[in-house]
Amino acid sequence: MEGASKRYGGVKALEKADLTVEAGQIHGILGENGAGKSTLIKIMAGVVEPDEGRMLLEGREIKFASPAAANQAGIVCIFQELSLIPDLSVADNISISNPPKKFRLIDRRAQRRIAEEALARAGAEDIHPLAPVKDLPLSRRQMVEIAKALARNPRVLILDEATSALTAADVAKVFVVLKRLRSEGLALLYISHRMHEIAELADRCTVFRNGRNVATYRAGEKSDNEVVELMIGREYSHVFPAKRPLAASDKPPVLEVRKLSWSGRLKEISLAVRAGEVVGLGGLDGQGQRELLLALFGVLRGVSGEILVDGAPASISSPSAAKTRRIGMALIPEDRKTEGLMLPMSVRVNLSFAALDRISRRGVVDRASERRLIDEMIELLTIRTDGIDAPVGALSGGNQQKVVIAKWLMVKPRIVLLNDPTRGIDVGTKVELYQLLRKLAQTGAAIVFYSTDYDELIGCCDRVLVLYDGAVKRVLAGGEITERALIGSALNIGTRGEGAAMASGTSV
Amino acid sequence: MRDWRYRLGEHRGTLLAFVFFILMFTIYASNHPAGFTANVVQTAANKGVLLALVAMAQTFVVLTAGIDLSVGMVLVLTNCLASWIVVGSPVMVGLGVLGVLITGAVCGAISGAIVIYGRLQPIVTTIATGAIYFGIALALRPVPGGDVDSDLADAFTGRLFGVIPSSLVALLVVVLVIWVPFRRSEIGRAAYAVGSSQPAAYMSGVPVRAASFLVYVLSGVIAAIGGLFLTFITASGEASAANGGSYTLFSIAAAVLGGVSLFGGSGSAIGAIFGALMFRTIGDLLFVFDLEPLWQPLFQGVVLLAAVCLGSVRLFQIRNRLDLFE
Repeated sequence: MEGASKRYGGVKALEKADLTVEAGQIHGILGENGAGKSTLIKIMAGVVEPDEGRMLLEGREIKFASPAAANQAGIVCIFQELSLIPDLSVADNISISNPPKKFRLIDRRAQRRIAEEALARAGAEDIHPLAPVKDLPLSRRQMVEIAKALARNPRVLILDEATSALTAADVAKVFVVLKRLRSEGLALLYISHRMHEIAELADRCTVFRNGRNVATYRAGEKSDNEVVELMIGREYSHVFPAKRPLAASDKPPVLEVRKLSWSGRLKEISLAVRAGEVVGLGGLDGQGQRELLLALFGVLRGVSGEILVDGAPASISSPSAAKTRRIGMALIPEDRKTEGLMLPMSVRVNLSFAALDRISRRGVVDRASERRLIDEMIELLTIRTDGIDAPVGALSGGNQQKVVIAKWLMVKPRIVLLNDPTRGIDVGTKVELYQLLRKLAQTGAAIVFYSTDYDELIGCCDRVLVLYDGAVKRVLAGGEITERALIGSALNIGTRGEGAAMASGTSV
Repeated sequence: MRDWRYRLGEHRGTLLAFVFFILMFTIYASNHPAGFTANVVQTAANKGVLLALVAMAQTFVVLTAGIDLSVGMVLVLTNCLASWIVVGSPVMVGLGVLGVLITGAVCGAISGAIVIYGRLQPIVTTIATGAIYFGIALALRPVPGGDVDSDLADAFTGRLFGVIPSSLVALLVVVLVIWVPFRRSEIGRAAYAVGSSQPAAYMSGVPVRAASFLVYVLSGVIAAIGGLFLTFITASGEASAANGGSYTLFSIAAAVLGGVSLFGGSGSAIGAIFGALMFRTIGDLLFVFDLEPLWQPLFQGVVLLAAVCLGSVRLFQIRNRLDLFE
């Protein structure tokens, strides 16, 4: 691949990236959140088309209009988000794109044989070919996904976080398979956040940063710390308001969580947030941060552990229980389009939704007090809109996000949970949001802030909890919050602060 | 050893509908004043097959997580058309039948093209196309009337060898010629895949658009076979809005009773057939037990509600409440 670029709106996801993958090798790809890895793979797999640049396969230039075309050419990708069809059986799924046929109809016996072979090749003989995929646990589905890719006899196999849902025993089996495929002459591209997996598997590695490939080296040439060094170095483009040290106080924390667990995805998480404090959630994408916020907000069923508000146990069984005056919690969701806003409805209606009980008298909305509160919010957040009766969908992304936040500020929350609120919004709006966060904290709110952008965590948070695989791996406070410490603990390798980082080069 | 369990699981909805239908029909026939005779079965079959065909037509679209609210109107339109063109010499009759089937296919193709290539919602699109088809039907038959080739009509609504209702045989042929190949073809599987998870289907390189389009065409063809059948039974054409509307709604009910998921991706047209036969038998049961026919809609509603409740038991297992809204 030469000079591939891709933009999403104004955001450069990939800029003139080059990558060479050779047959008979496993090529590891490293990079932090948003470094351009996923975009690169999507281009190779025919999911998105590059804005510029070209791809060569065995010296010939290729272009894919769809994933099917990429498969035809022998490039098969195992995606992070599963591509299996839940209602069909394992065997159906394995030969979904090119089933064996007899008299132009699907030959079920042959299909079953292919499935059994593919499952055996992937080391997953325990999966029954007739089982419907929706009944399988996540780790088994992932194995089916791998078997499905193998059944297509690929020449280039791309694994994007393919082991993230697997148990250690499965990972070992998959590694054996991958090494065998390498000896069979396949080119493998292996993307993982798990450094030790890359160390064990890869022959060559490429590090991505800010949408560019910054270094390619032979496996074993660089220590973990050198690799982290390569991954760091984002351009600082944000301005953060000054943090203020918190005065000591013997009041109980506004929000305290003890040993919160859920469904194997959250593991005994404890945290405490005091009034005026901004606590960040760090770590790689999808390590349970989103689930933690949903659990606090009463969305998840079967959560164990204790939640205390102002030192008293609180039971939060639903979002409407979470926003009552006693608890006063608000969640700014990740996906504003589906969980935060009703796009076709007006700014007024969207803003008032969460606070309806506060601005109505005996079930009737008091227009005057609604108007007052809305004007207050529009001024506070400087929302730019053609009047409050314009549909929210007509606003820019940044302004939409402000509406989501304003909507929850209207209930005057004491606990504010934010789920990656700056994703996909412009820099100017981001800066305004950082200032707002500080302002909220200064008025005594307790803030939990999940962000995939490490700069934000460094610039905004008093403390950062780094999550890995559903558990808190490390708590960083004050000056400890550095990019190196964040990435090191996010990858779950044993870096300890700036000085110790160089000394300890072992992976966990 | 575990094979049969998975096979059973796959066909559970169909089998349940079959068992319930047999149960209900046995009760009906054994309480019928005339007893379990070929005549009773033939009458029941003719009524049942008509709804079964429309339910089948609906199932094709529902499998892809769509819905076709025009099936009843295609039925009415093809009924009116058949009452004009399925008459005369054997050649004319043959051409007439072909014309009716092609009309059905075209009706389905129009709805399908608008939904898939125009990216409009199936509900609104098929309400609109349904209204258009009904308009054409009214133009063809402003007042009920017309005729149909009586030999052909008798052949399809009578009995074979004196015992077997020929309508059932015709239904079986439709299943063997259209449903079975569809179910076992690549494009049929693509239809299931689209209904189950469209993004996953696309990512797997499945022909998403072709499959979604084909189901509408097949739905139209089968609705047209239903229209032919209605003409054979009534020996006339009638542009009845009430008929079209109730067949559409009953077809959805029958599909659900037959274990077809309205979310798409699971179920079978054979299940829908038994669902339709079941739905018809509810009405007949009231008749043999001397209950007021006025109770029929109420009972049909209760049975449908019970069936839907059974289907949503899994919601209790969901751990993330946001998943409830998917």
